Amino acid sequence: MSTLASLTAHELAARYRRGEAVPTEAVTEYLARIDALDPQVRAFLTVTREDALRRAAEADARFRSGAPRGPLDGVPIALKDVLCTRGIRSTCGSKILERFVPPYDATVVARLFAAGAILLGKLNMDEFAMGSSTEHSAFFTTHNPWDLARVPGGSSGGAAAAVAADMAALTLGTDTGGSIRQPAAFSGVLGLKPTYGRVSRYGLIAFASSLDQVGPFAKDVEDAALMLQAIAGADPMDSTSIDVPVPDYRAGLAEGIEGLRLGVPAEYFIDGMDPEVERAVRTAIATLEGLGARTEPVSLPHTEYGLAAYYVIAPAEASSNLARYDGVKYGLRAGGARDLIDMYSKTRAAGFGTEVKRRVMLGTYVLSAGYYDAYYGQAQKMRTLVRRDFERAFERVDLIVAPTTPGVAFKMGEKEDPLQMYLNDIFTIPVNLAGLPGVSIPGGFTQTGLPIGLQLIGRAFDEALLLRAAHAYQQVTTWHTRKPPLEPAPR
Amino acid sequence: MTRISLEDVEHVARLARLDLSAAEKERMRKELDGILSYIDKLRAIDTSGVEPTAHAVPVTNVMRDDTECPSLPQEDMLANAPDRHGELFRVPKIIEE
Repeated sequence: MSTLASLTAHELAARYRRGEAVPTEAVTEYLARIDALDPQVRAFLTVTREDALRRAAEADARFRSGAPRGPLDGVPIALKDVLCTRGIRSTCGSKILERFVPPYDATVVARLFAAGAILLGKLNMDEFAMGSSTEHSAFFTTHNPWDLARVPGGSSGGAAAAVAADMAALTLGTDTGGSIRQPAAFSGVLGLKPTYGRVSRYGLIAFASSLDQVGPFAKDVEDAALMLQAIAGADPMDSTSIDVPVPDYRAGLAEGIEGLRLGVPAEYFIDGMDPEVERAVRTAIATLEGLGARTEPVSLPHTEYGLAAYYVIAPAEASSNLARYDGVKYGLRAGGARDLIDMYSKTRAAGFGTEVKRRVMLGTYVLSAGYYDAYYGQAQKMRTLVRRDFERAFERVDLIVAPTTPGVAFKMGEKEDPLQMYLNDIFTIPVNLAGLPGVSIPGGFTQTGLPIGLQLIGRAFDEALLLRAAHAYQQVTTWHTRKPPLEPAPR
Repeated sequence: MTRISLEDVEHVARLARLDLSAAEKERMRKELDGILSYIDKLRAIDTSGVEPTAHAVPVTNVMRDDTECPSLPQEDMLANAPDRHGELFRVPKIIEE
């Protein structure tokens, strides 16, 4: 039904440059597609229609005068609602921030606007990025475009679904334990988690500060490279962003992977995983070998402890970060309080959903007197062991290749037990604990047509090599070009 | 084995400033118990002599020049306040009269 919206961002940019289309046409088409399809998919919490059309007209003028800003000028994007946008409501998927209008833009947002990107809207997510399905959004659940009865993954489910359904050319999500890669796998798009410190977290509403990182969802590798290029680099407003030179991510994409050493970790092929996922990933590994890569087994022996360490560290950091929601400076305030402490407790009880309460409780417990060493101290030591596993592996190989998730997108309401939900992230969490870059790309489909994710993991700050290998794979496969079978609902 | 009692839940909820209903407390007790049983597998590993990792990238004390720069306007920072009094955030009474 669409033309411009089905293109990748770099194809769209090429049309602008050749004068075959202007940004207003693309934005108008994307907005129409959101109108037609989002009532089914429900990826957007806010659509910024007037803003988008105004920015598009400005971009049109830049192209007409022969002075576009660069490859993202006029490209329609959307953002996970965890990123602050000045003057545009940023809810973080929570009742407590339902009416919060940030007074500033996140650094990544400011950089994208400076590059000329056009914001279509803000995307649904699990509340405070805590979840793997968007079912913990305080507002509604996003549907998987490949099967509307299933979840898109999470927490960046809206960001993944919007790209999968061609409702944005590119989106940004965040990944604390897999929240970019897992929904990318479930929704059949590319999702890249950069190295910790590669991208500024200023204006990203904090969940677990030592793990959170912003990254793109894209239709192909070249688009992801464009988006990473725009957002990467040190930021004086985030002292954990690292001043490592940012390479030209597109320049090396076509160099191929002849002679590259790929590690295949035995611990990422476990009993109980979906046999179709295992088969697809093994086939993808053979494809990479066919492109000249050499594979060898590697061992990441502490993988099974990563999840347990994560569910101490992330809730601990969250319990501290979320202390700021006290009903004083911004956000919801509950009425009928006896005194200040009572106001805090009632506000937080009314404003936080079940999963957020659970994690705040868990985090407070593991940090409380008498339990700190046994849980938090031990988890931090385990984090060291997980990191060392990767360091040893990367002495022998250049990249690690593995499944992104043990299974494919599950049905809504299927995982009611919190621990079952957490187990989804078993293959993505170790990467966050070690601070490494990881990407999930489409690596096949099940018999019933559900996407399967292939995960590549690299050395710190080696996103360029990750993207090069992913690009080589996409040159000989077509999984990433498939589109979900969506039709506008009959009126 | 039960690790968490209802009293534990109430204590932690007080620390976390969360006003939980009776039903929430009981549900929380069961769920935290299950999650902590899983997390207990961490204790099975000998980590003596292992340094803890607080941060994946070992950066500490990032310094910058102490220079004056613009900050956000006061009115913008007060705009989201649930309750205000002029230039102040208004809160319920803290000290008993």
